Amino acid sequence: MSALHIKKGSTKHSAYNLRPTFSDVQETHTLAVLVDNEAGVLARVIGLFSGRGYNIDSLTVAEVDHEGHRSRITVVTTGTPQVIEQIKAQLGRIVPVHEVHDLTVEGRSVERELALIKIEGQGEKRVEALRLADIFRAHVVDSTLESFVFQITGTPDKVDAFADLMRPLGLVEVARTGVAALSRGI
Amino acid sequence: MTSQMTGAKMVVQALRDQGVDTVFGYPGGAVLPIYDEVFQQNEIRHILVRHEQGAVHAAEGYARSTGKPGVVLVTSGPGATNAVTGLTDALMDSIPIVVLTGQVPTFMIGSDAFQEADTVGITRPCTKHNWLVKDTNKLSGTIHEAFHVATSGRPGPVLVDIPKDVQFANGSYTPKAKAATTRYQPQVKGDPDTILELVEAIETAQRPVFYTGGGVINSGPAASQLLRELVDATGIPITSTLMGLGAYPASSDKWLGMLGMHGLYEANLAMHGCDLMINVGARFDDRITGRLDAFSPTSRKAHIDIDPSSINKVVRVDMPIIGDIGHVLEDVLRMWKARGRKVNREALHHWWSQIEDWRAVNCLAYKPSAGTIRPQHALARLEALTKDHDRYITTEVGQHQMWAAQYLGFEDPGRWMTSGGLGTMGYGVPASVGVQIAHPDALVINVAGEASWLMNMQEMSTAVQYRAPVKQFILNNERLGMVRQWQELLHGERYSHSWSEALPDFVKLAEAFGCKGILCKDPADLDDAIMEMLDYDGPVIFDCLVEKHENCFPMIPSGEPHNKMLLGEVSTKDAIGASGAVMV
Repeated sequence: MSALHIKKGSTKHSAYNLRPTFSDVQETHTLAVLVDNEAGVLARVIGLFSGRGYNIDSLTVAEVDHEGHRSRITVVTTGTPQVIEQIKAQLGRIVPVHEVHDLTVEGRSVERELALIKIEGQGEKRVEALRLADIFRAHVVDSTLESFVFQITGTPDKVDAFADLMRPLGLVEVARTGVAALSRGI
Repeated sequence: MTSQMTGAKMVVQALRDQGVDTVFGYPGGAVLPIYDEVFQQNEIRHILVRHEQGAVHAAEGYARSTGKPGVVLVTSGPGATNAVTGLTDALMDSIPIVVLTGQVPTFMIGSDAFQEADTVGITRPCTKHNWLVKDTNKLSGTIHEAFHVATSGRPGPVLVDIPKDVQFANGSYTPKAKAATTRYQPQVKGDPDTILELVEAIETAQRPVFYTGGGVINSGPAASQLLRELVDATGIPITSTLMGLGAYPASSDKWLGMLGMHGLYEANLAMHGCDLMINVGARFDDRITGRLDAFSPTSRKAHIDIDPSSINKVVRVDMPIIGDIGHVLEDVLRMWKARGRKVNREALHHWWSQIEDWRAVNCLAYKPSAGTIRPQHALARLEALTKDHDRYITTEVGQHQMWAAQYLGFEDPGRWMTSGGLGTMGYGVPASVGVQIAHPDALVINVAGEASWLMNMQEMSTAVQYRAPVKQFILNNERLGMVRQWQELLHGERYSHSWSEALPDFVKLAEAFGCKGILCKDPADLDDAIMEMLDYDGPVIFDCLVEKHENCFPMIPSGEPHNKMLLGEVSTKDAIGASGAVMV
């Protein structure tokens, strides 16, 4: 159609993201956001997601550089490729945000979550819970005659799987940290 | 080199260092120490508004017409919450505004103290950035950073919340040069490879069009100059958004007029039919694009914008260029000239003859009526009688705003102040006061509808106090005209609450405020009445009674593409489908 004989939507100068941006496919991305640890910074990030109707699947935040007062926010979010691009651009606009990394597209990364899971029960169920915990490399961090608290670390899927198995064995409470993630290699 | 002083003194010192000459504000308990310092100096002029919303809109008018940031000083609680509409307006239209709010003392924050509000919490989504300053030593540095953030990159409003004890306490002053501004440094130079791609596209395009926006004006006068040079040298037609009017002169033959929902026929059809769209500092707003899947289907699109989040937000573009308009246009021009100033002359000639056919439709034609004043006629006469003046126009929001954009011509940037993104009724009166304060000798006209005008009419009192001779040109149809128009088109002519009952007598109202009132209802008297308004040395409220049921055309119905424009009353029945009705 074009006089230039260039296919519409051509991205020949683009170094990455060669997929069509405007599709309906939902993708889950893990973003690492490095921010100044100042009052209100988390509210700015969360407010951006709620104000613009983006999803937060998981969010963790802690100061990672105590001298430079930098915090690292790890957000797992779901959206179309266009929405994911918007989220990154909008995060980049926030004044105390220094870096935004999309760990899902910037090469391989490692993602881990920690969960504390409380089981109540006696007898065979209690033994079975211990046996499964061993298989999942979960540790007992608290014990009474009627209960355990397991600590498990792993991908969100692994934590889900463990919690699902514990449910019929007397699971009463779960606390999860949300995902922390880093890129692999250097 | 730091010197010790109170926080309140620091505020005034920091404003002085920033070159601020005017502050719009309203005092209250939590800002009294700052007002005490304002009282004891003469360099910064304080304009006392009548409502904090008016302060922000006045500062917006000041900022848009001068290119400098507008400054607002208000108190805690209601002072801050009243400023919220203005802040949101400035955020949507990218206007640099610095709002200083008082706050209850730090040790009372969170106690539901008198006139306490979570100001930084409330204004977080409607500012570019905001700060609560809890330490006097950080106050001046924060104010300097606030000015930097407001004016750098895509401009916008910022807010600094200053508790009363921080104003009283002593601290060391940080001069402007030493303030921390390094963490916010938006990219201004565009990517040379993509700029080259754009230049190549300009050289070969058969049906190119410039689609420009408020970003050109925000970039500064140099950007408008470069745009003119580029358009005139290439001969490419140019259209603009509501926000961008004046960046390119309306008197030029390359000018197609405004585009969008109430844009000109030739502008919208050029957008629909082009093969190269060059978006310069506009953001593909929904009032511009209409139906997205049918928006300019045959074009390659370039988008120059300083804000990366504007790129690919709603429309996928082929040539994204992130950078300051001035810098990028300079590079485009330099590269285009160096490569031999080529354009596809023959194809451009065809393109222009096509555009001339569209122009010949004369979409803004109207029939003047002998009995009542048609609003289009009122604006056409206002244009004829004022275009040679040193003129600034503000507007309210609604039909009159669109007619003003259609029938008034703007030759220079910064001459047109209107609430585009947020569509704030009540913007125009305070904005006109702010413009007049900045340009005391210029002709400042607020083109208004009577309903919008009543929303912030208290600012006439400000105009009278400061002898700001603003002209309030009210197109009075005793209706919420645009609402009424949509109800006619979309809601079965059920005019739910869209008429103005119990309107004041505007002439008597003018006299009550201490200004001049003029009533005009006969087309035969219109010119004389406008001249009377222009000749009067002081604020005027001009009540122009116009045709009550006039609709604003041309119009792209919601949910339709650019080539489905409605031109007049004949074709409006059932024009908007059900899916369009939700997009209004």
